[in-house]
Amino acid sequence: MEITQQEVEKVAKLARLALTDIEKAAFAKQLSQILTHVETLKQYDTTGVVPTATMPGQMNVFRPDMVRPSLPVDSVVANAPESVDGFFVVPKIIEDRQPL
Amino acid sequence: MIYEVVIGVEVHAQLRTKSKLFCGCGTMFGLSANSQTCPLCLGLPGTLPVINRVAVEMAVRAGLALNCTISANNLFARKNYFYPDLPKGYQISQYEAPICEHGWIEIAASEGKKRVRIRRAHLEEDAGKSVHVTGMNGSRVDLNRAGTPLLEIVTEPDLRSADEVVAYLKGLRDVLMYLEVCDGNMDEGSFRCEPNLSLRPLGQREFGTKVELKNINSFKFVKDAVEYEIKRQTKVLNEGGKIHQETRLWNLDRGETAVMRSKEEAHDYRYFPDPDLVPLKLEKEWIEGCRKQVIELPAARMQRFVDDFALSEYDAGVLTASKAVADYFEACVKLFNQPKTVSNWVMGELTRELNNSGSDASASPVSPERLVDLLRLVEQGTISLKAAREIFPEVYSSGKTPEQIVQEKGLVQVSDEGALDKIIEDVLAKNPTQAAQFKEGKQQVLGFLVGQVMKASGGKANPGKVNELLKQKLGGVLYARPVISLEELAQQQPLNTDQAKVKFQLTNREQSVIEHLAKGWTNKEIANALQITEETVKEHIKHIMQKTNSTTRTGILDHVFNS
Repeated sequence: MEITQQEVEKVAKLARLALTDIEKAAFAKQLSQILTHVETLKQYDTTGVVPTATMPGQMNVFRPDMVRPSLPVDSVVANAPESVDGFFVVPKIIEDRQPL
Repeated sequence: MIYEVVIGVEVHAQLRTKSKLFCGCGTMFGLSANSQTCPLCLGLPGTLPVINRVAVEMAVRAGLALNCTISANNLFARKNYFYPDLPKGYQISQYEAPICEHGWIEIAASEGKKRVRIRRAHLEEDAGKSVHVTGMNGSRVDLNRAGTPLLEIVTEPDLRSADEVVAYLKGLRDVLMYLEVCDGNMDEGSFRCEPNLSLRPLGQREFGTKVELKNINSFKFVKDAVEYEIKRQTKVLNEGGKIHQETRLWNLDRGETAVMRSKEEAHDYRYFPDPDLVPLKLEKEWIEGCRKQVIELPAARMQRFVDDFALSEYDAGVLTASKAVADYFEACVKLFNQPKTVSNWVMGELTRELNNSGSDASASPVSPERLVDLLRLVEQGTISLKAAREIFPEVYSSGKTPEQIVQEKGLVQVSDEGALDKIIEDVLAKNPTQAAQFKEGKQQVLGFLVGQVMKASGGKANPGKVNELLKQKLGGVLYARPVISLEELAQQQPLNTDQAKVKFQLTNREQSVIEHLAKGWTNKEIANALQITEETVKEHIKHIMQKTNSTTRTGILDHVFNS
């Protein structure tokens, strides 16, 4: 399974990663290898095997609906490059909110 | 070309948990920015989400009430995209296996009742809020809402008009509020709706291209936005244009929808199962446990009120429109089994005070127990119905018990036989003529005598008791007539005022007024009985006084019944 440089660029853009041409070539090769391996795995008959989403084998881990103290606002914004009145300040958003 | 409108609706309902979906931060609305955040909902590395049990229970309850199938096996997925109010860079949601599927809700449509199918309802976390301040460099982000549990409820494309959309949304909101899983506050964003709308030539099977509408936070805007969009799409199609699949925002000021600004590739969400959350397997017993908590919904409750309490559909409808009011009513009826009386008080006096103070029945300062105390005072004859109505606002606002207020105001009706006896003796002594007339068989004089006793007691005597005692005193010498009450008398034979009518040249209306006066009724009661205003009653009485040459109400009765 061959991954092209254009596909690497698309995935990188979705993940907001800036890659150099050398990196793009390297990742294209690695991603191709991974997908080829998946192709190999696909040869096994997995009929009746439930897909595994998590490894620990645990189920139904809940927490009670109880409010616990939040962080002090000073700490919340402590590492933010910029903040005003407890708000994070981010570069001006020009596009509208995406559908949730 | 005639087009058929096809609409489906997505609703995001905030679940009313105390804490967030995956961490212990609170969910209160309107607190200062970022004051309800922790490393988990800030999306800091090294944190692990653990799901809130109550959020899952609420989702199941809502699903059951919406006639959905509840999925035994639940998985959570990451929906990946970048936006400043989504700190992790993904939203935890459900993709392949939503917790609720294949339900329906019934709405009132123009052609009668209609079932709107619910395709799915799934659990997910809310995002934070970004604030754009004009004139400021940069946008501000508040993550208090990030991680609040949402139930996203999606219909099949079953709706055909703006009115149907509104009927569906109102019905859905009622159900969620009744179940107490959502507060339904559209202003605060607890109940957000996004209709998607397409047109197709009437009779065509395939759907047209759909447009999603957002930024709608009231039922009125829903109607306006949907109606605008129907017109817009009709125009585009009629002019040979094409509808583009897009999201459009409702612009309240302009009264139109406009394309949302967004980047094309942003819609590749790359869903995958969230490895941080363990699967959720809902056992049958657990689901059945939730089913027991699914309380009776408004329509069913209304019918039960009609059946069990013999209330009119109108009254039952008013009482069950709000769960709080219906609960209040039922709590009262449990203590005081006179549903009609309770219903009158709850819909009348109580609702008036609640509205005046902008309060809700669940937070009424007058508890059901206290209202029932007041109703008992009336039932036992301690105070009159009129007095009870008069003191209700004070019971509501002062926090005093009805008994306290009745004592303070001296409203207790005198029912004590010893005290009444004395007054009655006095009245009989002062009115020997009438007493004699009654004994001779002129039963209508009783009304006059009751009136005199009432007057002598300062209006505090219990009229029923006075009637009874007077008849006891005078009854012994009646010409073997059975002793009957004045009310019975009025029912059985009209008071004979015909002679007086001729003598004083009274009108029919004036004659009626006199007959009611004789029963000791107040102007208000007479006004109600005759369906005229109190002012008119006063006018009639003034004329009667002139015609009978009387100066008082009792004077009128004296002249009329002695004529």
